[in-house]
Amino acid sequence: MTATDGFVLTAADLAGNGVHGDDPDLYGKFGIFGGRYVPEALIPALDEVAAEYAKAKVDVAFLREFDHLLRTYAGRPTTLTEVPRFAEQAGGARIVLKREDLTHTGAHKINNVLGQALLTKRLGKTRVIAETGAGQHGVATATAAALLGLECVIYMGAVDCERQALNVARMKLLGATVVPVHNGSQTLKDAINEAFRDWVTNVDRTHYLFGTVAGPHPFPEIVRDFARIIGVEARRQMLELTGRLPDAVAAAVGGGSNAIGIFHAFIGDEAVQLHGYEAAGHGISSGRHAATLTEGSVGVLHGSRTYVLQDEEGQTIDSHSISAGLDYPGVGPEHAWLKDTGRGTYHAITDAEAMDAFALLARTEGIIPAIESSHALAGALKLGRELGPEATILVNLSGRGDKDMGTAMKYFNL
Amino acid sequence: MTDSLEEFLIARRGTGRPLLVPYVTAGVTPGWTDVVHAYADAGADAVELGFPFSDPMLDGVTIQEASDRAIAAGTTVRGILEEVATLDVDVPLIAMTYSNLVVQQSAAEFCAALTASGLRGLIVPDSPLEEVGELADAAAAEGLDLVLLAAPSSSRARLREITERSRGFVYAVTRMGTTGERGEIPEQAARLGRELKELTDRPVLFGFGVSNQAQAAELAGHADGVVVASALMRKLLDGARPRELGEYVASIRRALGQGVR
Repeated sequence: MTATDGFVLTAADLAGNGVHGDDPDLYGKFGIFGGRYVPEALIPALDEVAAEYAKAKVDVAFLREFDHLLRTYAGRPTTLTEVPRFAEQAGGARIVLKREDLTHTGAHKINNVLGQALLTKRLGKTRVIAETGAGQHGVATATAAALLGLECVIYMGAVDCERQALNVARMKLLGATVVPVHNGSQTLKDAINEAFRDWVTNVDRTHYLFGTVAGPHPFPEIVRDFARIIGVEARRQMLELTGRLPDAVAAAVGGGSNAIGIFHAFIGDEAVQLHGYEAAGHGISSGRHAATLTEGSVGVLHGSRTYVLQDEEGQTIDSHSISAGLDYPGVGPEHAWLKDTGRGTYHAITDAEAMDAFALLARTEGIIPAIESSHALAGALKLGRELGPEATILVNLSGRGDKDMGTAMKYFNL
Repeated sequence: MTDSLEEFLIARRGTGRPLLVPYVTAGVTPGWTDVVHAYADAGADAVELGFPFSDPMLDGVTIQEASDRAIAAGTTVRGILEEVATLDVDVPLIAMTYSNLVVQQSAAEFCAALTASGLRGLIVPDSPLEEVGELADAAAAEGLDLVLLAAPSSSRARLREITERSRGFVYAVTRMGTTGERGEIPEQAARLGRELKELTDRPVLFGFGVSNQAQAAELAGHADGVVVASALMRKLLDGARPRELGEYVASIRRALGQGVR
């Protein structure tokens, strides 16, 4: 093993060693949230994944292999970048970015897919399936599948396939089969439904490589643990850079994987505020948004009890965001729990606010962020003005904006 | 008629007759309640009513299409229950829906509303043993039979617990997959039927992919009867009238046999 000098991932890095007392219970519950609202037929598969993961996360060989891929393939550790010119618009507060945009495939999604692809091998399965909205998780999954020689099928809403044709081409080039989903609203939520239908049919040889911290137990825990490296690194790096912990950590929230990834290592640091930014789309009052924690109510979606955008009857409402990655009417159960316990604070950022922050970071710092991450950037600008010039804010720059150039060209008339 | 769903089905089974439970998505057409009457008149032993949900994870394309159509037509739980309350059929009615509709108020309120409208059973396919506790208690308190599903992948220990905790009947899923019509019956169905019959005296009914008369008869031979859903809903979506759907149910009834009445 090479290139692991000086840093080998430990079981504590992966799972937080239970020190914060916030792991889900045996039934996958975070308080009242989470659980396993799935057909009986899938329970044995979920048990199998949970049991294998419990072994893997304390297996030094697995940890070394994951660590090796994170370093030599994904490009970890990612650096911190302080952005003083951008921060001038934040009342002078210090803003520091965690640069997940610099990873292979350009977003934090690679961390989870590498972990789960290794887990798939341990499970003795040869095929992975995944859902994708914007195509980022699909591309990341297709990448890991190509790397590890797994058959790969990606479910993607037909509307999204059209909107994100470039990512469809990337997935195909990587050897994946992309299945357009024509049911329902033909977007991410329908792609998830269809992936579950595939899984229940082909579960004997297939792992469902779930892309966010939602879904039935153990996915919220597994995806969080594989994304947790973001916060583990950032916490150490902030201490090196500033000599102390940040006053606040900011991240965008769709399903919530990048946010929980950077939040989790800080949950025990009570003085560190945790702020999640959802998509307010055209504005909360327009009804065209994806602000699940801000505006949703408690329900059951995609196997998990959590906040859901739904009507009075419990029918899911189609969400909207200019950012496809945040365009989801559910949210991970651990975020629901962080909200209800008050440990996390969640806000909504409009399309316009996010696009302003997107352009501002490009012009002031020479970094084009993903539109998803731009919601966190817009949030940090507001937060900085509230907390004052003495404050330091750590922002998860979860992905880069290359994929968003089509949207930006239209929005800014470039 | 005050028998519970389970008492009713056991009495019917006692006549030597394989049980037949056809399905209709409530609200799928303005005259959907006529379909319920047609099923009952055609020899159904109970009728399953789907309460449509926007994200039916366990359903294939046919039931999804029916659900979408019903939701688009403005179907609500309250609206369904009001229509159910006016139904005059001599067999038990069973609600089938997903967890999210159940938890909108509380499990207790949901179950109370069902029984107040005359429903006698409830099936919630995304509420496995792990999550069913509160709902099972609420249903029991209302005298509503909560039917649990058993799958080919279920362990023996889980099958035992499912047969112990299910009420009304045990819903045996014929295959690993979604609802929807299929060409043939998988071998695992026979094994599952045999295991369940060893574990319980409760009626065991097969569902998922029961696509024609011959399949219904074959599956009924491995258990106590069948649920037929997508095959009927496909016909309905393609324009079949209640009378034609009733005739189809009658043809399945004939294939299964009448028992001694």
